[in-house]
Amino acid sequence: MAAQSATATRSGLRSALPLLAPAYLWLTVAIFLPLSAMVFFSFMTELPLSGKPWAFTLGNYAAFFSQSLYLTLLLASLRLGLEVTLWCVVIGYPAAYVLAKVLKGRSREAIFLLVILPFWSNGLVRIFSWAMVLREGGILDTALNAVLPFKINIDLMYSYPAVIIGLVHSYVPYMVLTCYLTLQAIDDSLIEAGRSLGATRLQVLKRIIIPLSMPGLVAGAALIFVPVVGSFMEPRILGGRTGTFYGTVIEDQFVAVFNWPLGAALSFILLAVVLVILAVASPVLRRAA
Amino acid sequence: MMTTRVLEWLGRLYIWLLLAFLYLPIVIMALMSFNVSPFYQLPFEWTTEWYASLWQNDQLISATWNSIEIAVITTLICTVLGSAASLALYRYDFRGKKVLQALLFPPIAIPWLITGTAMLIFFFGVGIGRGLFAILLGHVALALPYVIVVVSARLQTFAPELEEAARSLGANQWQVTSRVTLPWIMPGVIAGGLFAFAVSFDQFVVSYFLSTPGQTTLPVEIYAAIRKGFTPEINAVSTIIIVVSMALMLLTARFFKFGGEK
Repeated sequence: MAAQSATATRSGLRSALPLLAPAYLWLTVAIFLPLSAMVFFSFMTELPLSGKPWAFTLGNYAAFFSQSLYLTLLLASLRLGLEVTLWCVVIGYPAAYVLAKVLKGRSREAIFLLVILPFWSNGLVRIFSWAMVLREGGILDTALNAVLPFKINIDLMYSYPAVIIGLVHSYVPYMVLTCYLTLQAIDDSLIEAGRSLGATRLQVLKRIIIPLSMPGLVAGAALIFVPVVGSFMEPRILGGRTGTFYGTVIEDQFVAVFNWPLGAALSFILLAVVLVILAVASPVLRRAA
Repeated sequence: MMTTRVLEWLGRLYIWLLLAFLYLPIVIMALMSFNVSPFYQLPFEWTTEWYASLWQNDQLISATWNSIEIAVITTLICTVLGSAASLALYRYDFRGKKVLQALLFPPIAIPWLITGTAMLIFFFGVGIGRGLFAILLGHVALALPYVIVVVSARLQTFAPELEEAARSLGANQWQVTSRVTLPWIMPGVIAGGLFAFAVSFDQFVVSYFLSTPGQTTLPVEIYAAIRKGFTPEINAVSTIIIVVSMALMLLTARFFKFGGEK
């Protein structure tokens, strides 16, 4: 019996291989080999094939640990990721709750679509659109000055808050989406049972709704935190001179300073941080699945 | 009862505030692309000159064509390779299947900054170099996992007995696939294709690292323009992009209800 199933499994692979090979070959050439190559090159003094002599070195990693600049920037990026994620929870979770539990039928479908519609449209363009709103003499400035009796100057452009606003705007739909999916799955009768047994709204929220929707919160947090830590375009456009983060330093190594091995080492350190975060989040996510 | 109604009303109000937050900057950007003042000065005066001047901008036009070409080719390759892989993962059981499925997530989960720089290093190292071909290689790899996930979700709703019935009625493997399975998963394939188009057409980070001055895509060109300084022309081209991507997404939603039902 066992032998039979083993042969069945092997013949399954033989039939599956022609269908699978092209897709996975492509992923290997364009994703998995590049990631491995990046790790490899991060231990070199120069890129091979560049004509210059090269040797193995730990220097690129030593640079990270010996110069406090890189560590400071990594911490700044992690803090940015944390702040953006928190804002996305604060803004996105109530919206997901209203979508899942208050709205019904067609209006729910339509509004749900409206919320997630921007998140597939161009992220760069959406970041740029904030420049129109936040700059001095922009819409926010003009509108507030038209309403308020006294003169104020709103010039948030090129500041840390501008980066936060832009990133929250980009990523909050993720949080709404993942929380909506778990909140929708909560049986309404559980909530009613809690209420009829005398629990207050707040108790129902704390004891039933939030614990049951935890997987959605964690999934959303991971989906937001990871790309924000690696962001570079958003701080560049909205942060100006204050927008130097870990991601922008990596970008510089590749497009401005041309120190690719150092860039590879910095990228790999970021990848390691990201993998640790995903590993920490994965038990909660697996429980959800 | 009273408080419930008040809370529900507040909830609705809150959703509309969120929608305002999500759409306001985009609407303002679009409005500014029709404003006369090149410095975004108010009062608002209507013009279409910024759209007209886009036609004079050869660099932007060639980048736009590159973007469209790459997105179309990416879509074609991804739907074919992705559907084939999803079918294999659905139909056959073999050792290591779980691993193959798990391998679809790193390309989605790893920040594009890391993937993009890794591709740059590797393509440069093996002699592929930068340019449109490298960008295409990258885009297909980024979009493939999405297509496989979407088509696989659709396959979950497929009854395998249908294939067996067709086979027992004398259909060969090709006939079973083309007449029974493919028509059923078509909405998933189309939705996957539209996702692939969107991933490629909107992709900035990976294209940015893989492009060269002559061989570039629209988002990379826009980024370069933004860093030189804002002009209403950027608003105009950005507005076009937003409208195109949102239309595509609405089209996708018609073919593929989120959650895989339908």
